[in-house]
Amino acid sequence: MHRLLRTLALVAAASLPVAALAAPEPIKVGALLAVTGPASLLGAPEARTLEMRVQELNAKGGVGGRPVQLVLKDTGSSPEKAVSFARQLIEEEKVFAIIGPSTSGESMAVKAICEEGKTLLLSAAAAEAIVNPTLPHVFKVAPKDSFAVEVIFQRMKKMGISRIGLLSSNTGFGKGGKEQVEKLAPQYGITLAVNEVYDKSATDLTAEVTKLKGAGVQAVLNWSIEPAQSIVVKNVRQLGLTIPIFQSHGFANVQYVKAAGSAAEGVVFPASRIVVADQLPATNPQKPVIEAYRKAYEGRYGEEVSTFGGHAWDAFGILVAAIEQAGPDREKVRAAVENMKGFVGTAGVFRFSPTDHNGLDIGAFELCTVKNGHFVPLGN
Amino acid sequence: MSIDLALQYLVAGLTYGSIYAVVAIGFNIVYSATGIINFAQGEFVMLGGMIAVSLSRIVPLPLAIAGAVAATAAVGALVEVSLLRWLSKPTVLRMVVITIGASILLREGALFLWGEGVRSLPYFTGDEVTSVGLLGARVSPQVFWVLGTVALIVGTLEWFYRRTLLGWEMRACAANKDAAALCGVPVRRLVSLSFAMAAAIGALAGAVVSPITYTSYAVGGPLAIKGFTVAILGGLGNSGGAVAAGLALGVVESFAVSVLPAAYKDVVTLTLLLAVLVVRPSGLFASGEAARLKEF
Repeated sequence: MHRLLRTLALVAAASLPVAALAAPEPIKVGALLAVTGPASLLGAPEARTLEMRVQELNAKGGVGGRPVQLVLKDTGSSPEKAVSFARQLIEEEKVFAIIGPSTSGESMAVKAICEEGKTLLLSAAAAEAIVNPTLPHVFKVAPKDSFAVEVIFQRMKKMGISRIGLLSSNTGFGKGGKEQVEKLAPQYGITLAVNEVYDKSATDLTAEVTKLKGAGVQAVLNWSIEPAQSIVVKNVRQLGLTIPIFQSHGFANVQYVKAAGSAAEGVVFPASRIVVADQLPATNPQKPVIEAYRKAYEGRYGEEVSTFGGHAWDAFGILVAAIEQAGPDREKVRAAVENMKGFVGTAGVFRFSPTDHNGLDIGAFELCTVKNGHFVPLGN
Repeated sequence: MSIDLALQYLVAGLTYGSIYAVVAIGFNIVYSATGIINFAQGEFVMLGGMIAVSLSRIVPLPLAIAGAVAATAAVGALVEVSLLRWLSKPTVLRMVVITIGASILLREGALFLWGEGVRSLPYFTGDEVTSVGLLGARVSPQVFWVLGTVALIVGTLEWFYRRTLLGWEMRACAANKDAAALCGVPVRRLVSLSFAMAAAIGALAGAVVSPITYTSYAVGGPLAIKGFTVAILGGLGNSGGAVAAGLALGVVESFAVSVLPAAYKDVVTLTLLLAVLVVRPSGLFASGEAARLKEF
């Protein structure tokens, strides 16, 4: 009996290496996304997009013959959770690269950990501070918030607006935007008559908006990524203020428009061209990429695309392109990403360099507005 | 500050204040009947809003709200019957821990059922941009619905406790459970009823307020904390005190935004709470002597 068992065990052990050789080892790609929590309208589309892409890629044989295994962690929009999941992904799961986090606050928190762990990080968040100062392994695929601010200010100057009220949330994204607004306002002759910060889980902003009314501002600028974006818009209109409302590029998910209903009409915000893709000219190089993404995503999930899902699409695309180019070697892939020029993504055409880990310029943004519940380009 | 601006702040304050007051009333109902602080109260408000939104897709609005109230009342009674009734040694600490656990369970259940998105009922009258002029201030009609609903709840509760046999029996339970039992009051059933009532009230408030604040799976937690603060401020067990304290707190928060940066809103609330508790530990409107006689 014992001899039989021992023989069986030996045979099993001997066949293991053979079994391992037969199946190619998957490339583990980690993802830190805010699928729940205040930033869920960013993280949930990102997670769905990644799952869709990974499945598509694996159906075609993976990358370099190896399938991709997605290890997705839901950070709940919390920088603290992002930190602990980042450690888990790097130290326990030993992932090849990490896509995400969804928000600026989380990205700032995990930046140093990924650099320490020499793991490539492709963040989908906006704050310039993520890539400035530049860390070798930290990249971001979303356009910088400073560009968004400049695009808005250029428009305000054109409209003759000089006195505005700024409302921002107390998240990394809100703070980053606030800093950029304060820094760039004097260059465009704009004064911030009111400058208020509200909590990310705020459910009513009537008091803050009343303060705006009292200060007699010519326009409202709101910088946040939470449902508060919809609440602010409603509160402003309910208070009888007809002044123009500007939002950050955090508004670029049509769910926020649906939540705000008729109050969202006429809100102006910068966004990547993905939200107005059907209105792009056929000559635009991004159009085929965006259309492909839109068809796949809307066909599979039945909801409209947003810029956020687009970031996940771009990050994954860049990673796969780099692996195909340089092979599954971490440092080589990192260098490949750093020198990638001309990658056409949903957010723009990327031109990375050792000093520019974002790869996008102000042209990535298109000023859009809301008309009849849909996003349309603002035009002139 | 001009009159119409002050009025605007006042109305904003009364709106949030009445929401806190309703949550606090829920705490008080359960506390009076049982001595338990039910931290799942915030989740009842959340459930009311969420269930009403789901039902509103199938039945007309008033039925949807009624259905949500009934369903949440059932959930409240269920929480009590399944989790709290069978405790052999019911200490306050155990009750608190169990109700916090129940709130986590309800919150995760809501996340599983409805996902992470925010949702709301349609505005009862008008839409997202209608507003009525009130002496220079502009107010959404939904605010009047909220204030009216809270007034209705408070009025009905007053009538219930003062004029109905069931209300007297609940007050008897609150005063002394053993004596009430000896007098033939069905204490166990009334405890379940008190949970059901608190849940129903929370649900109604949650449904009426959802067009203004949106509801989602996570709104229960912060609401419970604010509501608990207001309940303590007004004196635990004193519903009238809860309303007064809630409205006062909401108004103070709102006016604080006019002088301090809005980021300090919660600082003001908590400083006020601490100050009141130092001077009058039993709360603003409770009798000091009666409070000393209670266990908690």
